[in-house]
Amino acid sequence: MFEIVKRQEMAQGSVVLNEINAPLIAKKAKPGQFVILRGHEKGERIPLTMADTDPEKGTITIIYQVVGKTTALFKTLKEGDRYLDIIGPLGKPTDIEKVDGDVVCVGGGTGVAVLHPITRAFKQAGNHVIAIIGARTKDLLILEDKMKAASHELHVCTDDGSYGHHGFVTDVLKELLNSKNVKLVVAIGPVPMMKFVCNITKEHNVKTLVSLNPIMVDGTGMCGCCRVTVGGKTKFACVDGPEFDGHQVDFDELTQRLRSYLEQEKQSYELFKTKLNA
Amino acid sequence: MAKKETLPRTPMPEQKPEVRKRNFDEVPLGYTPEMAMKEASRCLQCKKPSCVEGCPVQVDIPGFIRYIKEGDFAKAIRKIWEKNSLPAICGRVCPQEMQCEGHCILGKKGQPIAIGNLERFAADYEREHGTGELPPKAPPTGKKVAIIGSGPSGLTVAGDLILKGHEVTVFEAFHKGGGVLVYGIPEFRLPKDIVAAELKNLERLGVKFVYNCVVGKTITIDELFEQGYDAVFIGVGAGLPRFLNIPGENLVGIYSANEYLTRANLMKAYLFPEYDTPIARGKNVVVIGAGNVAMDAARTAMRLGAESVKIVYRRSREEMPARKAEIHHAEEEGIEFHLLTNPIEFLGDENGKVRGMRCIKMELGEPDESGRRRPVPIEGSEFEMECDLVVIAVGASANPVLTKATEGLELNKRGYIVADPETGKTKKKGIWAGGDIVTGQATVILAAGAGRKASNSIHKYLTWGW
Ligand SMILES: Cc1cc2nc3c(=O)[nH]c(=O)nc-3n(C[C@H](O)[C@H](O)[C@H](O)COP(=O)(O)OP(=O)(O)OC[C@H]3O[C@@H](n4cnc5c(N)ncnc54)[C@H](O)[C@@H]3O)c2cc1C
Ligand SMILES: Cc1cc2nc3c(=O)[nH]c(=O)nc-3n(C[C@H](O)[C@H](O)[C@H](O)COP(=O)(O)OP(=O)(O)OC[C@H]3O[C@@H](n4cnc5c(N)ncnc54)[C@H](O)[C@@H]3O)c2cc1C
Ligand code: SF4
Ligand code: SF4
Ligand code: FES
Repeated sequence: MFEIVKRQEMAQGSVVLNEINAPLIAKKAKPGQFVILRGHEKGERIPLTMADTDPEKGTITIIYQVVGKTTALFKTLKEGDRYLDIIGPLGKPTDIEKVDGDVVCVGGGTGVAVLHPITRAFKQAGNHVIAIIGARTKDLLILEDKMKAASHELHVCTDDGSYGHHGFVTDVLKELLNSKNVKLVVAIGPVPMMKFVCNITKEHNVKTLVSLNPIMVDGTGMCGCCRVTVGGKTKFACVDGPEFDGHQVDFDELTQRLRSYLEQEKQSYELFKTKLNA
Repeated sequence: MAKKETLPRTPMPEQKPEVRKRNFDEVPLGYTPEMAMKEASRCLQCKKPSCVEGCPVQVDIPGFIRYIKEGDFAKAIRKIWEKNSLPAICGRVCPQEMQCEGHCILGKKGQPIAIGNLERFAADYEREHGTGELPPKAPPTGKKVAIIGSGPSGLTVAGDLILKGHEVTVFEAFHKGGGVLVYGIPEFRLPKDIVAAELKNLERLGVKFVYNCVVGKTITIDELFEQGYDAVFIGVGAGLPRFLNIPGENLVGIYSANEYLTRANLMKAYLFPEYDTPIARGKNVVVIGAGNVAMDAARTAMRLGAESVKIVYRRSREEMPARKAEIHHAEEEGIEFHLLTNPIEFLGDENGKVRGMRCIKMELGEPDESGRRRPVPIEGSEFEMECDLVVIAVGASANPVLTKATEGLELNKRGYIVADPETGKTKKKGIWAGGDIVTGQATVILAAGAGRKASNSIHKYLTWGW
């Protein structure tokens, strides 16, 4: 089990896709749910959202950005290699419904990978879906074709103007909010992006779903590591989320909690790079 | 006779507090055969042994102690196994002063027999010197049993039913088996090799373990029945951390005990960076609560290099629920106790990291529903306590992941599963439950005892259909 059947590098190798053999999970998973993986006996458990599933083939697909030790280690895994542990599907599935108006799906960075199955599901549910995806620069953009297919209308943004609209996803979102009958926004990406999106949609009073990515350990509601404040109440993102009403989320607290282990993460990553080079 | 009474209780050698407070090795070092035989010789071999009444599973205590006294350790452990399949663990972690030893007749005037130490000795001796011969297994019955959760209750059911010839599979959410024994109780109190040895024995007997399987998410109980399982035992524990619900609780550096201990024990964060999982190492650590879990967290923090570790508890010393041995060990290791003190707010710095705690002094008032005197705040007694790491150890509740996904189980108002105390039967046909998910957080031996009752009932059901 947990064999990598397909591996693909994206965004100049900074993002990696793995299709993994995990039949039980593939059968159960729904858009918005995630898995927790561990690569080796001394490894950390890290959460990644399923970007796709194939129940017939018994596979799940993850797309991750290489940011530290564990994701760098995952990057060294080749087709035919196995993950030690994969647990899931965890978290609540996205609440997919037919909305009375347009649905705008906004994705930034690797958030686009998480957004893709959700976008597709909203379209399949009969909604008119507009997608906006962004990246720092053209080469870091992922899943453009898939997002095009999953939506009715796709807008692409790059921060440096190397491709598509020159600017942030929020610029395009603002225009759409003014020109269209937007009833729901789904925003998934870096925390600052989600926070900005929510600030804008709040002004327009448009419901906004965000997918939160706090640090997790078990992913089953047992440890409380993933707690986030939503509407003034503490929620466990792994069981109550990971998706929440973005207008209620305390993003600043999430940002601070995500920085809990910066020093150790750096130490661990440096050590790994030294070993890898040796 | 006179000689027996005067012989003092044989102490178990321990690592010295100054040394052990900075390492994760086990604290008590175990008896030698001579020590064990000497301690066993103190037992009066009572005709009506009151010690046995104090043991939740009625281990034949004078019976196994007699074998130890005679030096027949193989027989001693077999005597214990008749009632308790996890003696190496129970000998270490049972609250003996409230159970077997608390009832020992010798305790009335002097010191009770060190029953826990002797039980531990017999089990350790067998593990280290025994033949490894497995107990005989009944011929296959063709019946399949699914066990959910690999804590002491689930492991007991697995061990019992595999010997009765049933096919047994244990489904565990984590990547490792043992439940609280591996993720909660620290290495220095219960070496993980011992838990691994128990799991290994079950595997050798033919029990199958499916890890990384969250029942209710990865698979449901109804699907297990569809796959041909004839009976299901639920032993998922009480894995939902309680918080205080006071301001500032989500600051960086505030952990639930479950998270803190899981990082340290299961993920071996105390060996970071050799292991990948990090853990915060505080200088001034505060642990809130005074049960076993709190003591474990406090002693772990000390071993992770803290300069000071404080237990903060809203009641007084008498009400502290931890085992006496744990409190004693914690004090020896330099843990401070701040009793009749309750936190009311956590204070953070500009980066959202905890830097202190506002507390209020308490006094004891009238008894509450638990029979203990209710702590009431003393007005105007607020003060600040500095800290850079906080562990909240004020208990656990029922985790709803499985129960919510299973229709037809009756739950009580606190979310625990309702099961017959004598048989473990739930309201849903073919499903049994036991351990913390029925009783709320209790003890290893109570969970194991519930497993034993359930396995008897499951065996009857599989044999005769009732
Ligand atoms: C529900 C959920 C879904 C996610 N889905 C994706 C995804 O589809 N693709 C993707 O690229 N990333 C995803 N992430 C983020 C991913 O888990 C982290 O990038 C990863 O854990 C980093 O690990 P590392 O060892 O490589 O880096 P580290 O150096 O350890 O960490 C880098 C940063 O990642 C965060 N992080 C560290 N450890 C954890 C942890 N155990 N759990 C969560 N975050 C952590 C911290 O903010 C940290 O500063 C998701 C996170 C969550 C909670
Ligand atoms: C830190 C700590 C210290 C303690 N110290 C002592 C002590 O000194 N002495 C003592 O007697 N008792 C002690 N206890 C209490 C004792 O450990 C518990 O009462 C006992 O372990 C309960 O056993 P259990 O079988 O009910 O479940 P647990 O040991 O809780 O095990 C339950 C298992 O089920 C798994 N699980 C949960 N949900 C699912 C699911 N949906 N699908 C699959 N698997 C699932 C969990 O991952 C876990 O492995 C302590 C507890 C803690 C937390
Ligand atoms: S199982 Fe626990 S209570 Fe019973 S005899 Fe052994 S140590 Fe004592
Ligand atoms: S009560 Fe004490 S002395 Fe009597 S049999 Fe039990 S352990 Fe021995
Ligand atoms: S990750 Fe442990 S409770 Fe959510």
